Amino acid sequence: MPILSYGYAVWAPIVWIVALVVIGIMVFIWRSRGQKGYKKETAQADVFLSGAKVPPAEERHVKADNIYWGFFESLKGLYSWMMKPHTGIVNDYLLWFVVVAAIAILIFLLAGL
Amino acid sequence: MDFLTTNAPILIVAIPLVAAFIIPLLGQKGDGVRNGFTLTIFGLTSFLVAVLAVNVHDVGIRIYAFGAAAADLAVPQGFIVPVRIIFEVDAMSMFMGIIVTTVTLAALIYSLHFLKGQTGQARFYSLMMLLYVGMMGLAFTGDMFNLFVFLEIASISGAALAAYRTNLADAVEGGFKYIVISAISALLVLFAIGILYSEYNVLSIAAIAHFIQYTHLDMIALGLLGAAFAMKLAGVPLHMWAPDTYTVAPAGSTPMILAASYMSMYALYRVTFTIYGGFIDTGAIGWAVIIVGLLSMFVGVMMAVHQTDIKRMMAYHAISQGGYMLLGLGVGLAVIANPAALEAYGRDAMNGGIFHIINHVFYKALLFMAAEAIFFRIGTRDTNKMGGLARNMKWTTGFYIIGALAIAGIPPFNGFASKLLIYESVLKFNPILAIVAMFVSLVTLASFAKVFYSAFTGPPMPAHKEVKEVPKSMIVGMSILAVLIIFFGLFPGLIVDTIVAPATNALISHASYINAVMGAVP
Repeated sequence: MPILSYGYAVWAPIVWIVALVVIGIMVFIWRSRGQKGYKKETAQADVFLSGAKVPPAEERHVKADNIYWGFFESLKGLYSWMMKPHTGIVNDYLLWFVVVAAIAILIFLLAGL
Repeated sequence: MDFLTTNAPILIVAIPLVAAFIIPLLGQKGDGVRNGFTLTIFGLTSFLVAVLAVNVHDVGIRIYAFGAAAADLAVPQGFIVPVRIIFEVDAMSMFMGIIVTTVTLAALIYSLHFLKGQTGQARFYSLMMLLYVGMMGLAFTGDMFNLFVFLEIASISGAALAAYRTNLADAVEGGFKYIVISAISALLVLFAIGILYSEYNVLSIAAIAHFIQYTHLDMIALGLLGAAFAMKLAGVPLHMWAPDTYTVAPAGSTPMILAASYMSMYALYRVTFTIYGGFIDTGAIGWAVIIVGLLSMFVGVMMAVHQTDIKRMMAYHAISQGGYMLLGLGVGLAVIANPAALEAYGRDAMNGGIFHIINHVFYKALLFMAAEAIFFRIGTRDTNKMGGLARNMKWTTGFYIIGALAIAGIPPFNGFASKLLIYESVLKFNPILAIVAMFVSLVTLASFAKVFYSAFTGPPMPAHKEVKEVPKSMIVGMSILAVLIIFFGLFPGLIVDTIVAPATNALISHASYINAVMGAVP
């Protein structure tokens, strides 16, 4: 049974895979009709950076720290608020535990009234 | 065959328990003998799990009363309550049993080469078996006290496994944190069990559910149990131990410690649905679960995308994905007293939440193993120091891609199917919850794309130019999970109909669980 029913619709993965394979074959055929004059090991394949000297490949790789820099910069406030409780100190973890247990008991006591 | 079917519940727990104590002795004879014995024993246990799963699917709830004249004699002649230790295996217990067994099998095979040449291997396999015993016992137990006992077995062995690499200071710290939070949680569980026992004089889950009056004391017990299990399953804001522990545990044991967290989630479901399922205002309990789920999803994913330690990032994702499960089950719990809403979307939400447990354990186990495969070869988890690994570690890269696409909910992988069920049903309950769930999926994809780009693509780093693919047993361990992820993604209807929907029904119809033990009692 490859089909998953959920209320008012269905999800049939195999149908989608067949559709994707057909699209993939069409793209491949289209691509194979393209320009064949490209030469891999020549200056054609060199990186062009406005004429500036291009650093070696190892130095060009963007490190994980720099990825999504703008996202983290714009959410600096949220992150400083979220990082604060992550102290790494087990005593703090247990304080949170006490607080949550107290709130849970209060909620369920009120629900039981 | 009848003997096996009848005694499967106890054999599944007893065989690995005995093996756990034999493994260190066999370790004296050599690694080959010990590994062969461990694999043989676990193969036999897996066979028994399969036998029991088929049996539960065919005949429904199975009872195993310890020391009774007949294995299914829950309440002895002349008694009105169960007095013996009982295993009660319904579709939900079996569902968790299948998850735990599959993950343990993959982890065992993966560990064969992963641990080669390291000291203390006998202890590692012994602890793995004990952790398996703890989790299976939690799934099968029919009484609250043994729920506590098996929770303790799982916690102690899990903490020891997390601290296995004692040469790494952060491993010892991770293990220490895990045992501290586990011990405190277990104490609260024991305290709550004491409250229930003092009121009703019974420990059987079915008997407590039968007699429960929903008094103030019962509500205090529920609060204690809820907080304790939320801590163990790493629900926000009680999640902070999880990255510290998951990150440092060796690859084979990380998926098992993760599965142990979901056994606490199972315990939470068992308590809320089976014991408190008849409570008039399950809406409040349902919303409490939903709020923890939402917080876990959002905080987990936002913290994950910020990490540069590959395993720490995955650990935060484990917290985030746990939120989906809580969301689905919370919606089901909130509408359980409303038959129309339950049929319209509540059941689908629960199916989604439960389906997501098995999907998540499989793809997260695969991702942890892929991350640890990198650590195995280059000796660092820092993605800043990685690059171009796809050139030399093609299998690992392939497994990472499969796991990453599955966790991000990209079709046709298994994560998509369960998330689709959750989105569609939660949308009908409250559209804002569904929007948050979809946003979390988007950020999940972004964070795995970040790791993929920085670790696997680009030119190889000078220090890792000569890196090789991991040994075969590690590839086989990851392959088992990858195949299951693809199969579950391609045949979601089969999985939902065969193991997920029966588990959902078992939770919803808590009267069946009670009647299986208390049926003969007036």
